[in-house]
Amino acid sequence: MRANCWHGKNDVRVEQVPDPAILNPRDAIVKITSTAICGSDLHLYNGYVPTMEQGDILGHEFMGEIVELGRAVKNLRIGDRVVVPFPIACGNCFSCNEQLYSVCENSNPNARMAEKMWGHSPAGIFGYSHLTGGYAGGQAEYARVPYADVGPIKIPNGLNDEQVLFLSDILPTGYMAAENCGIRMGHVIAVWGCGPVGQFAIQSAYLLGAARVIAIDRFPERLRMAREQSNAETLNYEEVDVADALQEMTGGHGPDACIDAVGMEAHGLGLMGAYDRVKQAMRLETDRPTALRQILRACRNGGTVSIAGAYGGFVDKLPFGSVMNRALTIKTGQTHVQRYMQPLLERIERGDLKPDLVITHRMALDDAPRGYEIFKKKEEECIKVVLTP
Amino acid sequence: MQQPTTGQAEPDPARYPAKHSEEHRLHPAQHTGLPLRSGNGNADRIGQLTHALGWFSVGLGLMQLLAPRTVARASGVEDHPVLLRAIGMRELASGVGILNRRQPGGWLWSRVAGDAMDLALLAVAGASSGAVRKRVALAATAVAGVTALDVLAGVENSRRNSAGYARHAGRDVDLEKSIAVNRPTVECYYVWRDFQNFPRFMSHLESVHPLSDTRFHWIARGPGGDRVEWDTDILIDRPGQILAWQSVDDAEVQHAGVVRFDPAPHGRGTLVKVEMQYRPLPGGLLDRMFGAESAGQMEDDLRRFKQLVETGEIATTEGQSAGRRSPIMRFWQRVTG
Repeated sequence: MRANCWHGKNDVRVEQVPDPAILNPRDAIVKITSTAICGSDLHLYNGYVPTMEQGDILGHEFMGEIVELGRAVKNLRIGDRVVVPFPIACGNCFSCNEQLYSVCENSNPNARMAEKMWGHSPAGIFGYSHLTGGYAGGQAEYARVPYADVGPIKIPNGLNDEQVLFLSDILPTGYMAAENCGIRMGHVIAVWGCGPVGQFAIQSAYLLGAARVIAIDRFPERLRMAREQSNAETLNYEEVDVADALQEMTGGHGPDACIDAVGMEAHGLGLMGAYDRVKQAMRLETDRPTALRQILRACRNGGTVSIAGAYGGFVDKLPFGSVMNRALTIKTGQTHVQRYMQPLLERIERGDLKPDLVITHRMALDDAPRGYEIFKKKEEECIKVVLTP
Repeated sequence: MQQPTTGQAEPDPARYPAKHSEEHRLHPAQHTGLPLRSGNGNADRIGQLTHALGWFSVGLGLMQLLAPRTVARASGVEDHPVLLRAIGMRELASGVGILNRRQPGGWLWSRVAGDAMDLALLAVAGASSGAVRKRVALAATAVAGVTALDVLAGVENSRRNSAGYARHAGRDVDLEKSIAVNRPTVECYYVWRDFQNFPRFMSHLESVHPLSDTRFHWIARGPGGDRVEWDTDILIDRPGQILAWQSVDDAEVQHAGVVRFDPAPHGRGTLVKVEMQYRPLPGGLLDRMFGAESAGQMEDDLRRFKQLVETGEIATTEGQSAGRRSPIMRFWQRVTG
């Protein structure tokens, strides 16, 4: 089959690889009909994630048709149309019982490696380095899905791929980010980052009862999408001082909750930005927390900071004194996608959410390298790339 | 193999009769025949050598720092107090490092590096006009001797460090590890009691098959292809609680194990505690198998046991699809298995 494989920094190639096979009784093989490139794939593309090996198949947002089933999968049939969640969860461990699917205790065969890095191992993830198990990903024609009796969700007729594909990752991610804010009536929410996750976070915040949502970015097309499609008020941080503006807009309180939909490759301005870049190049700092620093200071006293952006290692100079002394709550995590797929599918069916509106580019799987390039460089006003094998 | 599906099912005593009655519930290790020794009971020659080298470093370092001219004269080299003081600081640092750390391996190797540097310096100094050749030669011999001891200590410490949880008391290796499993104690017990399951979660085991209800034949194969076989007897079998086994008297491999299944607090399933003893074989096959050589091997084995009990299978990516690998990566993967 054809699959998009990682070969190094700024180097992904679509090549001929062996078809996947059933390896365990609870596996399924999915023939992929649609897949996408995620913002976090760019961290792999930019060489920021360790333990990648040449030839690793990328991709963790995918859906398709069941073509083969392991003998222990009883809830699915050949031919079922499913969306596959990006964290791989067994459904049996303590974490899964608590619905903390992204920290499943059993699905990472490289748990020891992850334990060294992070203290305990989270769940395995499709196509996201050997630290999370080295599972072959879904930017391909077929994929092997472990624990198929737990993860994949069946899609009813009447919805096309583009409407439901993002149940695999970015829609639940935006939703969980908003849910983690603990939104109550009258709350003002600020969202840093107007990529697809940011857009869904804004939309979810309104659905969950926010009175006002303020979105922050620097790319005009993303700010425009936030205004026109997601109904946010926008701030361009290259044109205004965001901290000041937020103070003005909230009567000096600051937003009740803040969402970080930016992550470890934040664009840094000024001296602090230069500091982060230098330290990152010298491998003294692994992540650039520019947005996070601003977020932690801007949040209202006693408010919540909800971190959806991906971080990998260590960050420098976090204003933790501000966090502690002002009683902030921090909620974060890789999305527990399995928890949200069914409720969000229902919202899509009811028309509360229209996830396909974030798609700006559609291409064939074979064009994946070009897709990565324009997505990384934000060329052609690229916001989301969907690939069809 | 039938697994109970609800709660704490009562084990069938007729199937797995307890080997010992209530009165003889001694510590299981006392039945194993392999003497269980405490960590600091026996003479630990390598530990003593390491300690001595640490103090030697400190002593020498202090002398070089405080009396560089005396040291220079004694070694037959020209007087270079600044250089000798720098060397003294290095010695002192190595010595303090060795004495302070529980795992002095790295510091011991730093001593070896220092020794190499000293030998080089002595060679250069010996060639200069102000040197007293005989003294330099004596100093170099002394350094060479100490280097040999450093290397010996370094190697032994490295081997021991990779043993992880092993307490190297005498020659027998004792390993302990526990893991929490989200299943009742009897379920965990039944999966472990079927020794034929062992190759599924213990690495390097080719097969374990029953010769009788309580005697099993083990076959292990190391990565190099070398193979050992031995028989074990089950000594203690309290269903849902504890299992203990031990090699038969004339077995090629002497090993024993105890596994306890305790209910974890607050209904969180089972705490599975495993203790294994074995007598190392030349070639280190048992070390590789039972985890002494690669720290965490036993952790991985228990992780796989947990997966087997909780999910019914072992998480894996072996045999999955992947793109073209570089020849070096393919070679490396083959070598490291």
